[in-house]
Amino acid sequence: MSTITQEQEKLTDQERQYILLTQNGLPIIQEPYHAIAEQMNISVEQVLSLTKSMQERGVIRRIAAVPNHYKLGYQFNGMTVWDIDDEQAEKFGDAVGRLPFVSHCYLRPRFLPEWNYNLFAMVHGKTEESIAKYRGQIKELLKEVLVTRNHDSSQDIITKSNDMLTSTAILKKTGLRLKK
Amino acid sequence: MDNSSSPSTTKNMSKSRKCQTVELSALEKQLINLLQHGLPVCERPFAQIAEEISSTEQAVIECLTKLRSEKVLTRFGPMFDAASLGGAFTLAALAVPEADFDFVTEQVNSFEQIAHNYRRDHDFNMWFVIATESAEEIEKVAQAIERKTGLKVLNVPKLKEFYVSLYLPV
Repeated sequence: MSTITQEQEKLTDQERQYILLTQNGLPIIQEPYHAIAEQMNISVEQVLSLTKSMQERGVIRRIAAVPNHYKLGYQFNGMTVWDIDDEQAEKFGDAVGRLPFVSHCYLRPRFLPEWNYNLFAMVHGKTEESIAKYRGQIKELLKEVLVTRNHDSSQDIITKSNDMLTSTAILKKTGLRLKK
Repeated sequence: MDNSSSPSTTKNMSKSRKCQTVELSALEKQLINLLQHGLPVCERPFAQIAEEISSTEQAVIECLTKLRSEKVLTRFGPMFDAASLGGAFTLAALAVPEADFDFVTEQVNSFEQIAHNYRRDHDFNMWFVIATESAEEIEKVAQAIERKTGLKVLNVPKLKEFYVSLYLPV
């Protein structure tokens, strides 16, 4: 079993303090960054430049609103998985990630023969038909790089080049937080 | 990494699906659509947003406060790269025999390092995120799950993450 972790950005004490103050959200008040500045005992200019620096380095991905998918009517999600040519995986993975209905898009290792899919893309939609349609759109995009495999020709078992796993129950869900 | 919010136990999706959708006002819809793309980084971000949609700073603040308290917005603010916060993550799966599903769910969820766990319709029918302080700890948790459940863990850490631009218009 191999584990690959992301290279970690070095955080300054000030940045850690900033994360602890904002990881549960930005205050929804006229001057939110002033409130943070006051708590950190630095100027608002420093808070704004700290924010921009963390954004540029990818420590902050976005400063945005994240809606509850279900409450907006996006009640269906599917984890689409694809067996695509390794040589082309980065280029095509990037294209799949840019589709507006994809919330996560990753390359992951295969474990043959039981798991042959290397590209994962999570799709969201308001109906079962819509997520099936989105899967179709991804398939169209990937059609030239899908891998055809046949692991067991004697038994005529053909490994599929793609699948969609829909969730039927949430078994556990907790938030990830930086520890104090 | 600690999982500070309380874990929700098994929710049956088909049951909860029907009644969750909320009615939204025109301003609420406008703000949800606009702010999924991002909030400007400046001293008065809500005033700037108000100007863009011909509203007032006060109305924007009230509306967002309501959306957040009603949990239509699950988060509002900076989204940090999980790996930058320290720690290691992986996605893992188990192919659980149907008869053992509840028992295995209990075993897997008992690890505090399991952040999310979903049942999915596939031979690999249980998919969970292992979140730990270190890469070594991921291996330990995966091995402990194998010992407890007698099942082989499919461990598929991300090799590469692609930029996404999810947009859920309302």
